Amino acid sequence: MALAVLLRTAVCVTGRFPALAGVDLAVAQGEVVVLEGPNGAGKTSVLRVCAGLLALSSGQGTVLGYDLRRDAAALRRRVGMLGHGSALYDDLTVVENVRFGARAAGAELSNLEGALDRLELGGRVRRTPVGRLSAGQRRRVALAVLLTRRPELWLLDEPHAGLDAGARTTLGEIVAEVVAEGATVLLASHEPEVSWPLADRVVSLVGGRVIGARDVRRVSRRAGASDELRAVPGGVHVA
Amino acid sequence: MWRDTVLVAGKDLRIELRSRVVMHQVVPVAVLMLVLFAFALGPDRAPMAQAAPGLFWVAVLFASVLAVQRSFALEAPDGARDGLRLSGLDPAGVFLGKTAAVALQLVVLEVVLTAGVVVLYGSHVRSYGSIVVAALAGTAGLAAAGTLYGALAAGLRVRETLLPFLFLPVAAPVLLAGTRAWQAALGLGAGNVGSAGDPWVRLLLVFAAVYLALGVVIFGPLQEAS
Repeated sequence: MALAVLLRTAVCVTGRFPALAGVDLAVAQGEVVVLEGPNGAGKTSVLRVCAGLLALSSGQGTVLGYDLRRDAAALRRRVGMLGHGSALYDDLTVVENVRFGARAAGAELSNLEGALDRLELGGRVRRTPVGRLSAGQRRRVALAVLLTRRPELWLLDEPHAGLDAGARTTLGEIVAEVVAEGATVLLASHEPEVSWPLADRVVSLVGGRVIGARDVRRVSRRAGASDELRAVPGGVHVA
Repeated sequence: MWRDTVLVAGKDLRIELRSRVVMHQVVPVAVLMLVLFAFALGPDRAPMAQAAPGLFWVAVLFASVLAVQRSFALEAPDGARDGLRLSGLDPAGVFLGKTAAVALQLVVLEVVLTAGVVVLYGSHVRSYGSIVVAALAGTAGLAAAGTLYGALAAGLRVRETLLPFLFLPVAAPVLLAGTRAWQAALGLGAGNVGSAGDPWVRLLLVFAAVYLALGVVIFGPLQEAS
């Protein structure tokens, strides 16, 4: 199967300390990979490198066939990222933000209404300036932008943060749907109970390095998956 | 590139129409400058009329710093700068779009200031065509240079104080040429002026062309580095 992401000994130094200290990671097209690890492990940095937002100091990287050192700018139109911030404009309404995000990426607007309805952003909310929305609603708007854009690689950084139970369920459905359509999802999360059931594989990071990976396909699709995963000797939780 | 230019300019102008930060804060500050200078120069209209072109361009120059800062402040919160980079927009289009939005806001400001100069300072416009050409060329240059230096300062914590230090010395030729062109257009200086053939207007046009071209080429690398 073709690889969507391939990082080889990826080192990324920001400031005085390396954010990534030699990451090796391969993600197949259509795969859902969860990155887990303690704070400062390098999860967000991996996502930013894959988005072409953070340059490699050394090592090699290819994302969707683009060389990260040469073609990062060209890559970005095909990647969608939900970061810590929602990357929205407070003074624009919900629908204006989604429309701008989609048009900027050169996407059709045919998915726009469906995306807004699906994330419960229809009715009066769609005409509300984003600055007046709650953190969870802003997160939904950012997801609506991605859903309208339909990128080939979804980079989700703590996507469940701030979402209520209903929206978390919707997020899971969206991930399953876009993966069925051939997209790839790389997801950083501190919440195994909601993120692992979505995953094909969990990759553990500590100190800017990958220290383990585990196939969770069979486990994660059963009820109580997260409890079972925690009990696996040498599993994804590494002290 | 042009599609992205329209998209970014439309977005910035729509935000300004909603927030009215430039219209409600920058324009009053610029008008206040004219009023305060009028007080400082005294009741005699002759020195006021003589100083009017220079004061007009000083007010526009300082207002352009505020407008550029506002333009980049739109992308400061909530990861919007990363969002703009990730959107895949052509950096040249982003530059031209932001420049166009700043320029349009400055044009509105200049209309208000021109009325202020005529009313407060008793200036008589001899050639409307001349002041329009000089104002448009100067505005394009200020907006382009300001957007370029705004991008340079955007990622820094000291951006608010750094931008004037970087931008104002560079914009000095616009102040000089704009003032001279307006002096002639108001019948205050020597020579016939205002046409595109006038040396000061030509300087304004060259300044604008250089910074527009420079911005199209280097805005992308600046955006990546800042």
